[in-house]
Amino acid sequence: MNFHLSEEQSILREMVRDFARKEIEPIAALSDHEHRFPSETLKKAAALGLMGVTVPPEYGGSGMDFLSYILVLEEIAKSCASTAVVLSVHNTLGCGTIHKFGNEEQKKRWLPPAASGEALGAYLLTEPGAGSDAASLTCRAEKVEGGWKVTGSKAFITNAGYASFGILYARTDPQEKSRGISAFILDMNSEGVELGPEEAKMGLNASSTVMVNLEDVFIPEDCLLGEEGRGFSMALDMLNYGRIGIAAQALGMAEAALQESLKYSREREQFGKPIGKFQSIQDKLTTMHSDVEASRLLTYRAAVAASAGEKIIMPAATAKLFSSQAAVRCAEAAVQIHGGYGYSKEYKVERIFRDARVTEIYEGTSEVQRLVMARQLLDM
Amino acid sequence: MKIAVMVKQVADTAAKIQVLSDGSGMDYSGVQLVLNPYDEYAVEEAIKLKEASGGEVVIFNLGPDSADEALKTALAMGGDRAVVLRDPELGQADASVRAEILAAMIAREEFDIIFCGKQSVDSDTHQVGPAVAQKLGMPAATFITSFVLDGTSATVSREAEGVTETLEIGLPALFTCTKGLNEPRYPSLPGIMQAARKPKEVLSLADLGLTPAAKVKVHGLSSPPPRAEGRMLAGETNEKVSELVRLLRDEAHAV
Repeated sequence: MNFHLSEEQSILREMVRDFARKEIEPIAALSDHEHRFPSETLKKAAALGLMGVTVPPEYGGSGMDFLSYILVLEEIAKSCASTAVVLSVHNTLGCGTIHKFGNEEQKKRWLPPAASGEALGAYLLTEPGAGSDAASLTCRAEKVEGGWKVTGSKAFITNAGYASFGILYARTDPQEKSRGISAFILDMNSEGVELGPEEAKMGLNASSTVMVNLEDVFIPEDCLLGEEGRGFSMALDMLNYGRIGIAAQALGMAEAALQESLKYSREREQFGKPIGKFQSIQDKLTTMHSDVEASRLLTYRAAVAASAGEKIIMPAATAKLFSSQAAVRCAEAAVQIHGGYGYSKEYKVERIFRDARVTEIYEGTSEVQRLVMARQLLDM
Repeated sequence: MKIAVMVKQVADTAAKIQVLSDGSGMDYSGVQLVLNPYDEYAVEEAIKLKEASGGEVVIFNLGPDSADEALKTALAMGGDRAVVLRDPELGQADASVRAEILAAMIAREEFDIIFCGKQSVDSDTHQVGPAVAQKLGMPAATFITSFVLDGTSATVSREAEGVTETLEIGLPALFTCTKGLNEPRYPSLPGIMQAARKPKEVLSLADLGLTPAAKVKVHGLSSPPPRAEGRMLAGETNEKVSELVRLLRDEAHAV
């Protein structure tokens, strides 16, 4: 078994680490505090090719493999989990869905502006009444002359406030359940697309999350993605890739929580010595380290499977379940190690504590990951 | 305009480096190796120049096979091709040997400008750049913080003790680069992908007809002694001042 990165992956990781340290870390706390979307960072990231990491060069992307992309998310999440989720939704769910299921014409039209960062992508699956049970979605797409007319509501849509295109899932056949759902590329500037106010969230405050209301939105024929009625299986397929991205985001946060805690444990003195000399603190630090290492192995293993085009449903769900829970454990321990200061916004671990929690919820809750995994394990 | 850039792979400045237990060298196992930070200024200046006035940027590198990663970083930033010499025996080579080999590698073609970092952050000799210039019989300006091309000459600023010198130098010439010269770009993702496909010529000492002899023999390496803990002075300000002066005179022998 080979645990070494390729030269390209290693150079990429070093570059993104440097980029995150210099361009993202210094503004991350303020962006969180002021709920400021990282538009400037995205412009810089786009210039480096980070908005189309796995999109092939013929569609304007960087043409890197999935593990390379996972390294990008991990490094960025160490500094700012909000920026990481913006990139994750755009790259995997936005660009990725069009790349995987779009026809040649659609790829030529939608991917180049997305990969250059000119167009930001969103993913419109969840509805107020359809979360874990996504197949029960009610957003309706009615066939009309030259296309479809869509009416419905989409909830908690990441990037929607700044996106110019979205992958929309709507019901084209009300008689069927999961087989009645189709996928579309939605021009977010279409008439009838109304954005709700920004959700007031616990964390990820520099990312945009809004409700999207669609009222008689016309979607032209050539924006149907894949076959009619195949939307739901496409949504599940893409979420497998998305989950590896969220696992990487969680991994980055867990690593940052550990690094901050190690630094603090060396510096902070109580009872006449650095608190890192106390076994109770060492116990937390070593548990965090083990969590980080295990998360990394599971996440990279799933990413390598994705790069190789193997079946990823099980490794993706396993990595997502473990890494998100590990991130929450690490963030919790980091706040505890920092004591009163960990509860203060002056220290980074307070932000990680709030940001980490959602990794156990979005792109499939931990409970849904277990559901997916149990189906695979039991084969029933 | 043909520009040569000499680059070296070094340990990341943030890495914790230890001396091998037998004192024969440094222990680089598990340490992240990167492009020498001062060489980044050299690569950036060469690419900027090429972007402004056209030409070619050739990256020169001497080292073990693993140095390919630093080399590719320079190519990913925008270098056009590479000429390398791979010889594990040269890991401990002194500055004169390195300069002799690099000069011979560069002398196979004609260059208008040679850039390199003012020093490598591992051996810190500051010698390789000027020594290459001497062997190639061209002038050199060290520690440059600005570079303006002016036809067949260049006007540069260099940091000297307490002053900034402005020099005009006829080309071809060699320049060693330092912080302030420019802001090195990040290698882009497409750049990283292209780097692997850029031409790389691999030379051996036999190709160059060289059997360089070291002028310096390293007898051993040892870690610097750990820094003693600082001492806090107590009392009123005038007492602390008197005590400080006494310590500087009697203990530190500084005054």
